Amino acid sequence: MTTPRGAAVRKAAAYAGLTVVAALVLVPFGWMISSALKRDNQVLAIPVQWIPDELRWSNFADIWSRIPLLTYLGNSAFLAVAVTLLQVLSGSFAAYGFAKVRFPGRDALFVAYIATIAVPWQAYMVPQYIMMQKAGLTDTHLSIILLQAFGAFGVFLMRQYYLSIPDDLCEAARIDGLSEYGIYRRIMLPLSKPALASLALLTFVNTWNDYMGPFIYLTSNDLWTVQLGLRSFVGQHDAEYAMIMTGAVLSVLPIAVIFLLGQRYFIRGIATSGLKA
Amino acid sequence: MADVIKPSARLAREAPLPRRRAWRDLLVGASFILPNFAGFALFTLVPMLAAFALAFLDWDSYSTPEWVGTKNFQRMLGDENFHVALRNTLYYAAGHIPLTLVAALGLALVLDRKLRGVAFFRTAAFFPYVTSLVAVAIVWNMLFNPTAGPVNQVLVALGMDDPPRWVAGTDWAMPAVIVTSVWRDMGYYMVLYLAGLQTIPKEYYEAATVDGANAWQRFWGITLPSLRPTTFFVLVMLTIQSFKVLDLIVVMTDGGPGRSTKVLAQLIYEQGIREGRFGYSSAIALVLFLIVLTATLIQFRINERRNG
Repeated sequence: MTTPRGAAVRKAAAYAGLTVVAALVLVPFGWMISSALKRDNQVLAIPVQWIPDELRWSNFADIWSRIPLLTYLGNSAFLAVAVTLLQVLSGSFAAYGFAKVRFPGRDALFVAYIATIAVPWQAYMVPQYIMMQKAGLTDTHLSIILLQAFGAFGVFLMRQYYLSIPDDLCEAARIDGLSEYGIYRRIMLPLSKPALASLALLTFVNTWNDYMGPFIYLTSNDLWTVQLGLRSFVGQHDAEYAMIMTGAVLSVLPIAVIFLLGQRYFIRGIATSGLKA
Repeated sequence: MADVIKPSARLAREAPLPRRRAWRDLLVGASFILPNFAGFALFTLVPMLAAFALAFLDWDSYSTPEWVGTKNFQRMLGDENFHVALRNTLYYAAGHIPLTLVAALGLALVLDRKLRGVAFFRTAAFFPYVTSLVAVAIVWNMLFNPTAGPVNQVLVALGMDDPPRWVAGTDWAMPAVIVTSVWRDMGYYMVLYLAGLQTIPKEYYEAATVDGANAWQRFWGITLPSLRPTTFFVLVMLTIQSFKVLDLIVVMTDGGPGRSTKVLAQLIYEQGIREGRFGYSSAIALVLFLIVLTATLIQFRINERRNG
């Protein structure tokens, strides 16, 4: 059954299958990049030109003067970094309390956290908006940060990880005279680097890609994220196909780099929690 | 005085009284949880509870809130926009849930091999999921262009005379949205299925092969039953995700053309935030929540019965 030739044929077939699947998944990306390097009137030409005859790299220089892309990218980066820092710090801190400190009411409180993950955000976005409006925080970056930095997801992910660290380790540290805060800082944080990396990557990517939050709260152009800026450009200049694609490539590029560098943590975070941020 | 206090203080440190220790643990525990909990309570828990109350109020941005009982829900029964949005949401779910499930399982089966370079293919399959919805929607909108888009050029080349108008037509806009969302989400659920496949002992397959089972029989007899916990979990997640779909629709079609892709979550946004009808939109939100909750509970029941 497994002659050397049969094995080689099966291997070749497996690679052929993989290539077909990868092509199907990646075609839209290929088309996006190739369109970003065309003239507007070449993008929807018949027949499709997968590789343009002339590569217009100038699109990538021109776009910066067409829309305030630098401002948008800066806003996106600021929001993503601020939300990620707060989420990782407050989430891991709270997770230590839930995983390693025993106190009355702890488990009930944790169930309340988890229950909210099941409630769709869409069901309470209106009361959130009313609250922010009354507080005068609409059209500020602070509104986005406050709404996204304290999710239950980070607590859940970190707690799962802390539970896998043996209690004996904390007990030994207590006997050595470390306070609970000392155990968190000196033992748990260093041990949980992979989980921290997962949480940080997932939060960063989610905040960077978020559309509805900024769409609801940010009205001033100079506060917009790259997602809002790009969407608005499409609305106003819907025939500038190549420029739109150039913007799309530039908006995806930072995430692509981050994902490729940290995909190990990324995928582990999803596989262990099974949840979305 | 000092002599009197010292020994007792030392005693307390070495063997704290149970009650005192409980107090201390509570304080320490609370201090860990508080920074996150304060934000969580204020910005998630309070709005969530408020949403329930708001559903029974007559309140828009100009008036004072007034308790009206179930009036908002009665109004929903006669609101054609609500009927359309509910129907479209069910349509989206009916397409998105099974197609994503099958695509994710298919990807996982193809990619669950020990071959050189398979990691690259897994990365590729997952990449759409980390791409922003705005970029995804923009690209697919152009791919689906009815006259010159690559999708229809391929269909014409394959011999189709009158290809669908996709996002430009009321009949085909929802299928276009579903195709886009399946493409984007399948890599995420593939990761869950890949994790599930790792848990199946290789001996099962070896034993089945010895008994003469072919690949198809092994799939139905071993792989699929062993993946049942994963499939259950994926189904629950997909159901929740499908019923609350919002950003993809807003960016890709904005509910159009006409009302052909308008969904419930979008109606909540339009009524509550754009029109300022806080009470009515919260009533729709409550219905959306109850639909998601019911679907999830039914799945849990089915799963329990199968396991028991």
